[in-house]
Amino acid sequence: MTRTDRLEAMMPGLGITQPDREIKGRSLWQDAWRRLLQNKAAVVSMVLLGIIALMAIFAPWLSPYPYDEIYWDYIQAPPNFDNAHWFGTDSNGRDLFIRVLYGARVSLMVGFLATGVSLIIGVTYGAIAGYFGGRIDNLMMRFVDIMYSLPFMFFVILLMVVFGRNIFLIFIALGAVEWLTMARIVRGQTLSVKRKEYVEAAHAGGVSNFKIIVRHIIPNVLGPVIVYVTLTVPQVILTESFLSFLGLGVQEPLTSWGVLISEGAKLMEVAPWLLIYPAIFLAVTLFCFNFIGDGLRDALDPKDR
Amino acid sequence: MTKPLLDVSHLSTTFKTPDGLVNAVNDVSFQLYPGESLGIVGESGSGKTQVFMSLMGLLADNGKTEGSVKFLGEEILGRSAHDLNNLRGNQISLIFQDPMTSLNPYLKVSRQLTEVLMEHKGASQGEARKRSLEMLAKVGIPEPEKRFDMYPHEFSGGMRQRVMIAMALLCQPQLLIADEPTTALDVTIQAQILRLMGDLKEEMNTSIVMITHDLGVVAGLCDRVLVMYGGRIVEAGPVREIFYTPRHPYTKGLLASMPRLDELGESHLNSIPGQPPNLQHLPKGCAFHPRCPQAEERCQSAHPPLRRVADQQLSACILEA
Amino acid sequence: MEGAMNVSTANAVSPDQPILSVKDLKVHFALGGGFFNKVTRHVKAVDGVSFDLKPGETLGIVGESGCGKSTLGRAVLQLITPSDGQVVWLGDDITGLPPKTMRPHRQNMQIIFQDPLASLNPRRTIGDIIAEPLMTFHPHLNKTERKKKVQQIMEKVGLLPQMINRYPHEFSGGQCQRIGIARAMILQPKLIVCDEPVSALDVSIQAQIINLLTELQKEFGMSLLFISHDLSVVRHVSHRVMVLYLGKIMELADKDDIYRSPKHPYTQALISAVPIPDPDLERNKSSIVLKGDLPSPINPPSGCVFRTRCPYADEQCRDIVPALEGVSFSNDDVTPSHEVACIKWQNL
Repeated sequence: MTRTDRLEAMMPGLGITQPDREIKGRSLWQDAWRRLLQNKAAVVSMVLLGIIALMAIFAPWLSPYPYDEIYWDYIQAPPNFDNAHWFGTDSNGRDLFIRVLYGARVSLMVGFLATGVSLIIGVTYGAIAGYFGGRIDNLMMRFVDIMYSLPFMFFVILLMVVFGRNIFLIFIALGAVEWLTMARIVRGQTLSVKRKEYVEAAHAGGVSNFKIIVRHIIPNVLGPVIVYVTLTVPQVILTESFLSFLGLGVQEPLTSWGVLISEGAKLMEVAPWLLIYPAIFLAVTLFCFNFIGDGLRDALDPKDR
Repeated sequence: MTKPLLDVSHLSTTFKTPDGLVNAVNDVSFQLYPGESLGIVGESGSGKTQVFMSLMGLLADNGKTEGSVKFLGEEILGRSAHDLNNLRGNQISLIFQDPMTSLNPYLKVSRQLTEVLMEHKGASQGEARKRSLEMLAKVGIPEPEKRFDMYPHEFSGGMRQRVMIAMALLCQPQLLIADEPTTALDVTIQAQILRLMGDLKEEMNTSIVMITHDLGVVAGLCDRVLVMYGGRIVEAGPVREIFYTPRHPYTKGLLASMPRLDELGESHLNSIPGQPPNLQHLPKGCAFHPRCPQAEERCQSAHPPLRRVADQQLSACILEA
Repeated sequence: MEGAMNVSTANAVSPDQPILSVKDLKVHFALGGGFFNKVTRHVKAVDGVSFDLKPGETLGIVGESGCGKSTLGRAVLQLITPSDGQVVWLGDDITGLPPKTMRPHRQNMQIIFQDPLASLNPRRTIGDIIAEPLMTFHPHLNKTERKKKVQQIMEKVGLLPQMINRYPHEFSGGQCQRIGIARAMILQPKLIVCDEPVSALDVSIQAQIINLLTELQKEFGMSLLFISHDLSVVRHVSHRVMVLYLGKIMELADKDDIYRSPKHPYTQALISAVPIPDPDLERNKSSIVLKGDLPSPINPPSGCVFRTRCPYADEQCRDIVPALEGVSFSNDDVTPSHEVACIKWQNL
């Protein structure tokens, strides 16, 4: 009996049919993806979100009208399929359909970019604080506590006043606030992951701190982080809407869902479509993110169910 | 012959999981007589714990049980949660591996003990307190009055397990099921607990079911032993027969693979090759055949039934016949 | 990586010279202490432990939970910085070395853990896991060379080489432990600290892993520090055995001496408490059942730390801290082969 035969006899049930071929493993990410695909709500949400995102990306080709052109003949006109003002027009005579799609561009971009900013800062910051622990951790997390206690609105208004209204400022302002929670989550996860024996094994193997964080810590804290990301994106979109509602959002003629809803709310009684369409888009998007977040939570940690 | 206290016949338990059906227990039958102590030996995934979880109605929601379980001649499988609860407190008691998870950390030990008596026996507060204190003294807790009103986390692991045993014995159950009660404990504490269980068994004539992976524990405490593998009983018999004349290749392998303190160490242990079976894809025929040194062609096709091989010894191996 | 080369070649060890010598090692953990709090109490996890380890030797370290055996293993590897004492590795004092200077030594000392699955990063393939020490110490190896080495060691530890791209969760506990052993063995270290390597495994798998470790030791000649609470397993694998209690050595002797004629009351109690898988022997053995629980390591008893549970303890034991005394000696009559820390051992 050769060694391989003996090994094979010793390990039945692994599905070794062709002993010379390498067997591809299924990573935990692949497993999670497979479980996510079994979750109907999450799949439907991903499809809907994908459609909305595609519509936002290809907006200029989807409507015959530009987003900032004023049509004097159609001021505050209700939805009409004959003239392709599918969602009607606003009080300035601009096509609402294209404006909703442009609003989607801004809202989704703010959502993703601000979350991306918070993700990068938060994960790095939290992983470093949690991994090194002790005094470094203490100092870094107290700084986070101080940031938390600053009034956020005040901070944003200050930024706007000093630098003027600028869409990138909104990304930065939102990201700068959202990373705090992200850092806390990552730090907490890091504290538990760094005590795992595989991290100790890496220490014993002389692996440098930087490589331990990159190879062993970050991949293993990403699960809860991803779930949190799917909850942060809608939160950021909502915050942006709120800022727009206060008049601190994007500048005309650019628009976002928040701006559209705030304008629509003013004319709710005379032109309800101005409120209804952007509100539907916003609500569907938020629902989708929440369902995806839920699905991811179950998929990434099946033991929790 | 006396009537059995517990009569389990053709018990099967399956779990529905997202990855497929798991056959945790497959067609298990055995009897337990009053005053007897029965050891259930098996490795992880052998189904030894699930047998008792099934018959006590403590399965997870995705579990399903078939077969029949008679306690004192009455069918208890499929009874309502309320009925089973009553039975569990009164006539059957359970002890688990980790006492910390079975004691409520936010309630004083006194409250948890007296509650059992007041609930199941309708004792008054004072009476319950008195009986609980007696029981704590009996299981060897020093200065029970002083410790009575403490919280579980103020006790050490061994003390907590004693509290659990005290709680289990409060209603003087006819059957005590202990699931790996000493696995989480140190050897010197394990020796204390095992001695205590042995003494209590003599004194109170309670039937004991000892679920464990440690053959040494069974050797000291049990009258009869069931060996489980892949959700089935592969061998059953009196303790001396199982240890001195094992018939099933798995039992033989298990005994040979234990390093022993009482022998001058041989340099090589006779290990059983291979891995424990996957309960989702149990091998066809005898579940042990892929690891069995004596396996033949026919072991792969026919599933061996449990049959009598000696006076009181049963074994499930077709090569035996 | 030049430093790494130096260590492995320059200090060739002669067979009688210890590769590891631990002198009066102490590990005290501070309790309390936060942003504003002062450290007030210490847990004396390891409290003055000394021993030598020869090449190719297995030293078993036994004791109950909380006796400091795992801490001792980690302090030897400098994964925990000792509070006091010395760890001398191949003639160099490595106590408290900064990570950079310590790194070259690490390729000669490895560790195997208790929980096989937890010791493997679930997000990496087992090929990556086993290759990690190679990537650290031999970064010049190319992918094919590295893969070849990984597959060689996989076969050595009884894993199918074509499993290289699988993930830890696709393996059973025993196989995961083999992966852990492969990772520890790939650089062919001179010392492996085995921290309860078989405690989490089923009996039949336990035997496989024990056999594997002893076979690998025969082939590669590394020394083992075998930490376990299971006296039967330790008896099976060790050449010498150390019994720890509350961070102190109670008894240290050659395997046969300590199991045949244990001198310390604690060792005697430990040995008699182990259940024997033989009904007649188990029921008729005379066992010493110790009273009570382990005292708190924050505030250990004065004198002999074992005296609170010792059946023979008296006034003297409260006052005198027993030192390790030689019971019997090896051929040269100087180095003790059996040492015990009890003032009464001659009268028991």
